[in-house]
Amino acid sequence: MSLDPVFTPAPERHVLMKALANRSFLIGLVVTGVIALMALVSFFWTPHDITRLQVAARMQGLSPAHPFGTDHMGRDILSMIMIGARNSIAVAIVAVGIGMGLGVPLGTWAAARGGWADEALMRVNDVVFAFPALLTAVMITAIFGPGAVNAIIAIGIFNVPVFARIARAGALSLWPREFILAARASGKGKALITIEHILPNIVSLLLVQGTIQFALGILAEAGLSYLGLGAQPPMPSWGRMLFEAQTRMAVAPHLALFPGLAIVVTVLGLNLLGDGLRDVLDPRLRRER
Amino acid sequence: MTAYLAKRLAVGLATLFVASLVVFSVLEILPGDPARIMLGMNASPEALDALRSQMGLDRPVVLRYLDWLTGMATGDFGRSYTYSSPVVELVAERVAVSLPLAVMALTLSTAIAIPVGIFAAARRGRLSDTLAMGAAQVGVAIPNFWFAMLLVYVFAVGFRLLPAGGFPGWGEGWGGLWQGFKALLLPAVSLALPQAAILARVTRSAMLEVLGEDYIRTARAKGLPRRAVLWRHALRNALIPVLTILGLQFAFLLAGTIIIENVFYLPGLGRLIFQAISQRDLIVVEGVVMLLVASIIVVNLLVDICYAVADPRLRTGR
Repeated sequence: MSLDPVFTPAPERHVLMKALANRSFLIGLVVTGVIALMALVSFFWTPHDITRLQVAARMQGLSPAHPFGTDHMGRDILSMIMIGARNSIAVAIVAVGIGMGLGVPLGTWAAARGGWADEALMRVNDVVFAFPALLTAVMITAIFGPGAVNAIIAIGIFNVPVFARIARAGALSLWPREFILAARASGKGKALITIEHILPNIVSLLLVQGTIQFALGILAEAGLSYLGLGAQPPMPSWGRMLFEAQTRMAVAPHLALFPGLAIVVTVLGLNLLGDGLRDVLDPRLRRER
Repeated sequence: MTAYLAKRLAVGLATLFVASLVVFSVLEILPGDPARIMLGMNASPEALDALRSQMGLDRPVVLRYLDWLTGMATGDFGRSYTYSSPVVELVAERVAVSLPLAVMALTLSTAIAIPVGIFAAARRGRLSDTLAMGAAQVGVAIPNFWFAMLLVYVFAVGFRLLPAGGFPGWGEGWGGLWQGFKALLLPAVSLALPQAAILARVTRSAMLEVLGEDYIRTARAKGLPRRAVLWRHALRNALIPVLTILGLQFAFLLAGTIIIENVFYLPGLGRLIFQAISQRDLIVVEGVVMLLVASIIVVNLLVDICYAVADPRLRTGR
């Protein structure tokens, strides 16, 4: 059974009420909100100053002063997780932005143009998908130098075909519809129709895919910085914290516990948010439950 | 069916060819001269020139590309600059780790995910379904390298049951085989968990879709037991989306073990390529990447063949 992946927008109030009644959306929103707030707060306040190394206070367990303990240089783990959240969120958001910014125009263009343009885009997609994503991201960061910017590019590149494919599929299912026909009859060009009629109707698809890619981006960034290819010290990142914790796990397992939990909670929150969004925005795409 | 497969094969070969162009040209424009890296910064210009001509780096780009391409077609991937042994030998050594690891992880995740997915679909909406899918939701969110660290902490540091890392090789006889298996067990489990979570969700939703069909009601109505309907009629028809994900996951496992190999210090393909990149051993990087791309294309082709086997309509269709 093939589903028409496009919905007709419901009145906004209605959508909002439905959203707040959706458990998955609500939990996802709260969790994601808390993580984002944590990252924001870290810009002007953290429980401790992580630029001051206090070797005497290293690898402490959990205490009221350090709820998540301290690392091998005496830095407060909670503060590092808060600042690390910035890094994870920034990398994932910009990578999704690259994917959408390039993928959506490409996909909608291919759908509007059809013929060779469409065929060419799909074949290029095939080639990109034939490359192992994680390995290529590792290659890009290893070759052009480790760092947050190259990590963003490496993750972003693989978001482009994903969004191109989604935007194309959504646009293709809209073009034969009557309201598009009406727009064409009134003399609007393909570009104008895409902007005025196609895009507003595929926004929900893109939003849902955006949260999924956001979550995948957080995981990918953690992986890259675990390998030492993401954000460089002293900028804390969750993946790097895990790498540094690994050799010390036998003595201080809590070093690995909290950064890992931070990743799991963030990704879980985003996935729940994405599932909820899909249920709310498009009941026809609802997963059977 | 022949026409269908011929078309898929043609697309696969074309993709492979374009990929070879991309890989070669990207590595061509990179900064870093392999000869200089081998000889160090203080090498004399004469020595550099000599080495470059010995390595064939002074020949025109097009010729080198064609040589490389024809070499690969005949199974000659060139010699590594740093290991000074044929790339094929290096790869063969590493595949002996990476391939069994990928197969173990895939077997494990399939063995867990398909029964869980079917079970959850059959008990849709009940507590067991909610719990299973909740667990899958969490499983998708767990980074496999973090899960690997937790496994090491529990089973290697805590219970001392399994090695925390390293690979002793596939030794002599059953004992040696067992040692190798033990070394790959924790890595395989940590790779399998997130994959199983995704696969279970896909299996469940594919099964739910099929279970709503008329022929399932017919099968139940004519008195077939639930179990027979579930496994024989429903599963077969739910296989296509499941196979798609399995194909993607196997392709991911072949190359995506790079982080897990680092966690467990396993001498696999991922680590080979990781080291080769940092040493600018371009010929190894090119060879391994092409091999991985080729295997992803082959896996996709196999998935296409499985589609045709699972769904007779594809055999006669276009």
